[in-house]
Amino acid sequence: MRVDWTTFWPRIIEATGQTITMVFFTLIFASILGFTIGISLFVTRKGNILENKAIHLILNLFINIVRPIPFIILLVTIGPLTRIVVGTTIGTSAAIFPMTIAASFGVARIVENNLVAIDPGLIEAAKAMGASPVQIIFTVLIPETLGPLILGLTFITVALIDFSAIAGTVGGGGLGDLAMTYGYQRFDGSVMLVTVTVLIILVQFAQLLGNKLSHKFLRK
Amino acid sequence: MITFNHVTKTFGEGERALKAVDDVSLTVEKGDIFGVIGFSGAGKSTLLRLVNLLERPTEGEIMVNERNISSLSQVELRRLRRRIGMIFQQFNLFNARTVFGNVAYPLKLAKVPKQEIETKVTELLQFVGLSDKANHYPEQLSGGQKQRVGIARALATSPDVLICDEATSALDPETTGEILNLLKKVNEEYHITILLITHEMHVIKSICNRVAVMDNGRVIEEGSVFNVFSNPQTKTAKNFISSVLNDRLSIKLLNKLRTDHQGRLFRLIFKGDTTNKPILSQVAKKYNIDFNIAYGSINELQVHLLGNLIVELIGADSEINHVIAELEQTIEVREVLDHES
Repeated sequence: MRVDWTTFWPRIIEATGQTITMVFFTLIFASILGFTIGISLFVTRKGNILENKAIHLILNLFINIVRPIPFIILLVTIGPLTRIVVGTTIGTSAAIFPMTIAASFGVARIVENNLVAIDPGLIEAAKAMGASPVQIIFTVLIPETLGPLILGLTFITVALIDFSAIAGTVGGGGLGDLAMTYGYQRFDGSVMLVTVTVLIILVQFAQLLGNKLSHKFLRK
Repeated sequence: MITFNHVTKTFGEGERALKAVDDVSLTVEKGDIFGVIGFSGAGKSTLLRLVNLLERPTEGEIMVNERNISSLSQVELRRLRRRIGMIFQQFNLFNARTVFGNVAYPLKLAKVPKQEIETKVTELLQFVGLSDKANHYPEQLSGGQKQRVGIARALATSPDVLICDEATSALDPETTGEILNLLKKVNEEYHITILLITHEMHVIKSICNRVAVMDNGRVIEEGSVFNVFSNPQTKTAKNFISSVLNDRLSIKLLNKLRTDHQGRLFRLIFKGDTTNKPILSQVAKKYNIDFNIAYGSINELQVHLLGNLIVELIGADSEINHVIAELEQTIEVREVLDHES
């Protein structure tokens, strides 16, 4: 049975809102967590401002364990944990938790990779001016890498739109869910076309915003 | 002001250990512009980084303002670092901050009130001649301008000492001259002691009053620029000095002089006041000989002059010997036998 488009548009709009909600909150939580992990990973490196072999090793190992797990497997595996934290495993907010876990470690790696590229001379200069390690993190590391970091976050955002579609299939709602239930399972090509078009527009918009923002901070 | 007392810095351990600084003792007095010269890998960069503990000494002690800096706590060390400005070969400016932001940075770290920062940065930008570039970003500046920002930033916390890590090595000769003049102005107007390292002898010659020559982690020669330049003891020092004094002959030039001048060649070295006296014409009148100046240079070192002439003495050997004996009472005389002399 085909959907009735006169009543189906509100569903599309609702689903778009769910997708945006999932991506937006995940991005905020994953950024906080990912920046923390990524920066910790960088500053604990050998010879760096807070060198600490043990912490560096543990963080590195943890990232390498979580990152290769396919998202759909991770989603199901950490279900019990999601229930403890969010209270349920169904719905948009329940999808945000596993998405945050998966994205954080991606963000952490992107943050670390960009920090590695920073000129060590800048850290040395800040040290020579009497900056403490915490001051170096907030006044040198983050501001100096903000441009490329925003590009990295943009990349993550696009990946999150993809994640949100998978999360949707296990009760998260959103455009992915709509495409699967109406478009795929009921063979309605028009739903598929509309949802995919909306997803493309979202991705384009995210990329455009990311490029604009990063350009503002790129000073090299 | 800064004293190194038998300081050694070793990188690595065991077989692969490398002594970058080897038992160095030095004193930089207040008001000095002290230059350390050496080839790359001589250990001068490490030596400089020991002053603000960017590197920690393996042995020995370093005193800054009569305090042993190795014993400072982290908080005290950060406070000390604000008393020691530092500038770098690659400038190390923050690309995400404007010129104003770069100069204001150390003041923000020190939690100086905003109004005070504004005043200080404006004053410093005027001092380095970049008032009109306050809102520019480093990427929009030339190398010389970047180093001016570096200097202004290093002076922001009103330090007692400025340490310069090859500050002019990335600049062209003309810009180098401008930056060196600026450093001299820093020393004279703000009474800031300067410790610089370089591999370019003309930097030492232009602005330093004291110099140390480093080779293989050791200080092999040290003293006032005039004394070291006029009487170098080691081969390394001689090489560096002849690179700017233009006083040594190439084999080719010596051969040419030999064909042009049949008489005996002597090198006469005039130091300080002796450059003002008509010594040559006096002895020429007194004895029956002729002088023929074959080659030479007179250099200005701080306020002193250093003359270096190669002259041909024409006359009887016995007369020449008398002339040499008499000249040696006031100036240094060496017979030129090969291109090394």
